[in-house]
Amino acid sequence: MSQVPTELRDEIPTFEERPVAAEHGPIDWSALTHVQGARSALEVSVLIAIFAGIFFLLQGILDWTHTPTYVFPKPIETVKTFVNDFTTSELHSLSVTGSEFLAGLAIGSTAGLVLAALLTQKPFAEKVIAPYVLVMVTTPMLALVPLLRLLLGFGLWPIIITVALASGPMVMINATTGFRRTDLAKIALARSYGASTLQIFWKIRIPLALPMIVVGYMVGSIFGILTAVGSEMVAASNQGGLGKDLVYYASLGDMPQFGATILIVAILGVLIYIVFYLIGKRWASWEA
Amino acid sequence: MSHLSSSVRSAAPATAQCATAKISILEATKIYAAKTGPVHALERVSADVYEREFVCILGPSGCGKTTLLWAMSGLHALTGGEILLDGQPVQGPRPDQVGVIFQEANLLPWRNLLENIEFPFEIKHQKVPRDLIVALLEQTGLAGFEHSFPRELSGGMQQRASIVRALAQAPSVLLMDEPFGALDAFTRDEMNLLLLRLWSESRQTIVFVTHNISEAIFLADRVLVLTPRPGRLARAFDIPLPRPRTVEMTFETEFLELMREIKGAVESGSRRTLEV
Repeated sequence: MSQVPTELRDEIPTFEERPVAAEHGPIDWSALTHVQGARSALEVSVLIAIFAGIFFLLQGILDWTHTPTYVFPKPIETVKTFVNDFTTSELHSLSVTGSEFLAGLAIGSTAGLVLAALLTQKPFAEKVIAPYVLVMVTTPMLALVPLLRLLLGFGLWPIIITVALASGPMVMINATTGFRRTDLAKIALARSYGASTLQIFWKIRIPLALPMIVVGYMVGSIFGILTAVGSEMVAASNQGGLGKDLVYYASLGDMPQFGATILIVAILGVLIYIVFYLIGKRWASWEA
Repeated sequence: MSHLSSSVRSAAPATAQCATAKISILEATKIYAAKTGPVHALERVSADVYEREFVCILGPSGCGKTTLLWAMSGLHALTGGEILLDGQPVQGPRPDQVGVIFQEANLLPWRNLLENIEFPFEIKHQKVPRDLIVALLEQTGLAGFEHSFPRELSGGMQQRASIVRALAQAPSVLLMDEPFGALDAFTRDEMNLLLLRLWSESRQTIVFVTHNISEAIFLADRVLVLTPRPGRLARAFDIPLPRPRTVEMTFETEFLELMREIKGAVESGSRRTLEV
């Protein structure tokens, strides 16, 4: 709860100054969704200063040691390449990787959510299935890519399936934790108004589980994007993709292009994070 | 098992004006299966609650008060005996007649205050009576907080919101499960006065569970004292204090005399198995 003593709260007429996200729920998933965003001007400037420091220090060291560009990408050249070539070659790779990721996440997370919702209704099923899910979480699904290539050919599907297998179990274990949080008092409340089992599911269990589901999506999508890029590095489709570009530029020694591709992957990862951060803020902020 | 044969006095109505039994508790018995063995929560409790009466069920923790209230609300079944509401056995929730007010407000944290109040209407697929809700929010001092979330409100405000949520359903029976137990003494007094004011206008039949003796006397027409393990009815007290009740009454001899008497009943009840 907030710092304001409960007794005083009745006397405080307005709450324009909401108790901000400095409070955490019982489960501290705040590390993921509630990064204490740089708010003050000081924090922002220090943040930028650190970035600039690393950026120019790296540039300085590489210039000073006369490291050739085919050994290590120089920051300034990388940014230049990123800005100049983005619209031509990289956009296509980004769209391939992006669609593999989105399709895989959609399939995997839907299956994970449905399984979590069903299994938490039956403790026996949950106990029997849980070890397999754990095995799926811990096994690197990348290893399946060559096998799936042989089975399914050179289209996008092998990578989509791998992404689904990597992200689905992550969504599932977090959603399971969420669905297991049964607040009996809230269920009793709904039942006292004559709620059906289905209504209790939609109006009580889902909202209660939502914060954990968002965490599941966040972790699952991070796993998914890693798996998508990694799978392309192992065995890309005939469409290419960012992972294939990385392997290609590395083999050519075109380090500015290589650096630019890494930059795209990094930005993609941050964007995914921001999307789920905002979703969490909109739909699950009550727990903060 | 001598206690099984002992008879339990069923309480008589305080005044003639409320002569029809709204709720009849008939030999209510509840045994929970716990890991350590069966737990006797209620043992043959019988009592009547009359139309428009305010009854408090008083007892120390573990005496089965909440169990009895949940059974009355149809949220769980009894092991033995039955409960009649308007002469019909209670076999499940009766959302059209009964409003339940829970411990610690029990608001849904992901909904704002107004959405919480509208929640029962959503469940019942009913039209929301805007005017009634506005009036209730006004009466409970919650106007202006419609869009606040529960965590932004004090405990007292949260419990007031939960009372509005129940009253907006226009129930004829209110079952209240230690609603003010988590509040501090001052807020509790305020809430008690507010509840009596609201009740004086709408006059529902109220069953109010509490472990606070002075709260029970202050609110009730009749106080039923339960004793723990197994929970049984020790005594019923009529509270002849006039209404409207004021905080000043709690310092008067009559009130203090009642407190002493009821405290005695609670204590002797916990020491011995039965005190009639």
